[in-house]
Amino acid sequence: MNIIEVKNLVKNFGGVYAVNDLSLKIPRGKVVGIIGPNGSGKSTFVNLLSGMVEINSGMVIFDDAEKLKKIKPYEIQDLSITRTFQEVRLFEQMTVIDNLLVVLTSRSVFGSFFEVHKKYHLEEAEKMLQRVGLEAKKNQLAKNLSYGQRKLLEIARALLMKTEIYLFDEPFAGLFYAMIKTVSGIIKDLRKEGKTVILIEHNMDLIRELSDYVFVMDEGSLLAEGEPNSVLKKKSVIEAYLGK
Amino acid sequence: MNYTVYYIVHLLTMFSIYAILGVSLNLVVGYTGLVSVTQAAFYGIGAYATALIAKTAGFGFFSSMLIGAIVAGLIGLLIGLVLSKFRDDYYVIVTVGFNIIAYGIFMNWHSLTRGPLGIVAVPRPKIDLFGLHLDFNNNLLFLALVLVFLALIYFLARFIAKSSFGRVLKAIREDEKAIQVFGYNAFYFKLAIFVISAGMAAVAGSFFASYLRFTSPNTFVLMESILILSMIILGGLANLKGSLLGAFILVLLPELMRFVGFPNEIAAEMRQIVYGVILVLLMIFRPSGIMGEYKL
Repeated sequence: MNIIEVKNLVKNFGGVYAVNDLSLKIPRGKVVGIIGPNGSGKSTFVNLLSGMVEINSGMVIFDDAEKLKKIKPYEIQDLSITRTFQEVRLFEQMTVIDNLLVVLTSRSVFGSFFEVHKKYHLEEAEKMLQRVGLEAKKNQLAKNLSYGQRKLLEIARALLMKTEIYLFDEPFAGLFYAMIKTVSGIIKDLRKEGKTVILIEHNMDLIRELSDYVFVMDEGSLLAEGEPNSVLKKKSVIEAYLGK
Repeated sequence: MNYTVYYIVHLLTMFSIYAILGVSLNLVVGYTGLVSVTQAAFYGIGAYATALIAKTAGFGFFSSMLIGAIVAGLIGLLIGLVLSKFRDDYYVIVTVGFNIIAYGIFMNWHSLTRGPLGIVAVPRPKIDLFGLHLDFNNNLLFLALVLVFLALIYFLARFIAKSSFGRVLKAIREDEKAIQVFGYNAFYFKLAIFVISAGMAAVAGSFFASYLRFTSPNTFVLMESILILSMIILGGLANLKGSLLGAFILVLLPELMRFVGFPNEIAAEMRQIVYGVILVLLMIFRPSGIMGEYKL
């Protein structure tokens, strides 16, 4: 069963087609790697799925049922999607704990007006900080974290959303070994829980280790798809990365 | 009341009115990151609404003030809807435009506002309740009343800042697009705080008109909005105590200049130069202000 099906998706910025007539099916409960050279449209694809940029044409079908030609960013929570960003986007001048609490409390204007976070919200956020090893930083401003810590906080924030679909845009970029272990452990745990992870990554060893299935994009279109080991051996894929 | 006491009471009353304006604007600029330069327009709407309703409809001060705050809130809602289409520099420019429009209306709608002549004999508040009779023609009592309202507005703003709503405002300030992917429609949050802030500023306007027993367009010029913005930048963005401090400093500063030997007319002119210099220095050396928790 497919949790996401993309049909003839197009996104252009002026004359440049970042995603060009892309069609693919993402199976439920799998870790799906999206690879391709820089500028191949991977991040734009994730931005389209999360409503960060508008779809020009084509559609996205969720759970073989909900067909959407427009996705608004504040509606993706209802589609059970959350994400991290290629360039980390934290709430910089807020504390680490507030960066997490903000995704745990009421979404409505009225509801949030009369709500101060509850004890269980705080406990949940603190537990998550322990999981990613940031509990000692909880009262620091996010802007004062190191690059790797910022990545971990962003992943922690996404995990607290408890969605079915996680879009991770280069979560390992710039991390040192111990942090890579932490993040790959998180992704493996998500797979065990039956969640769907869409993982954009340039490190092919990690793609082999973590992905059940891989899509290769080039110039906004789908170049190849299949099991990681077989796809990564394809001549067209090697040429896309290394040149002919 | 001797002159010295009268003078101190006057300064404290003006401080309290500006502190209400500062606290209200800090919710929009400091907490939500929307640099609004139109607070004097809502200040003016409150002043005119109170003056007109109290004088023409014969309503008491408190009912007039409430109606003024509601009118300012509704106008804030309409302006907020337009502002939702703009961001960053364009947002600032559009708010400047609204202040200029509001001033133009105060100045030119003669049949309603009497234009540059202004509205005179705006009544002071009176309380006649359960045998309690308070007449706020006494300036000391009036100051006490403004301080009570300053405290109410301060604690309402603090309640907002500490609520989940306040945390979402801060997240919008930091990254509006990012907070939306976590299920928040930023549009409604921004609109709500803009309306609340407009209503609070109108309360300050009501007190101002009643205190002077007069209101005219010249108080609600763009420069006044810049002054209120300067107060919160000086005191500290996203810090409510900073709004009080900023108002205190910028209300007292021109008075201090009188005491260091500047003639009255020069001290008044120097005020604007000093505001400008303070803003430039702050942006260079301390962009978050004296007590600020947020840097523009």
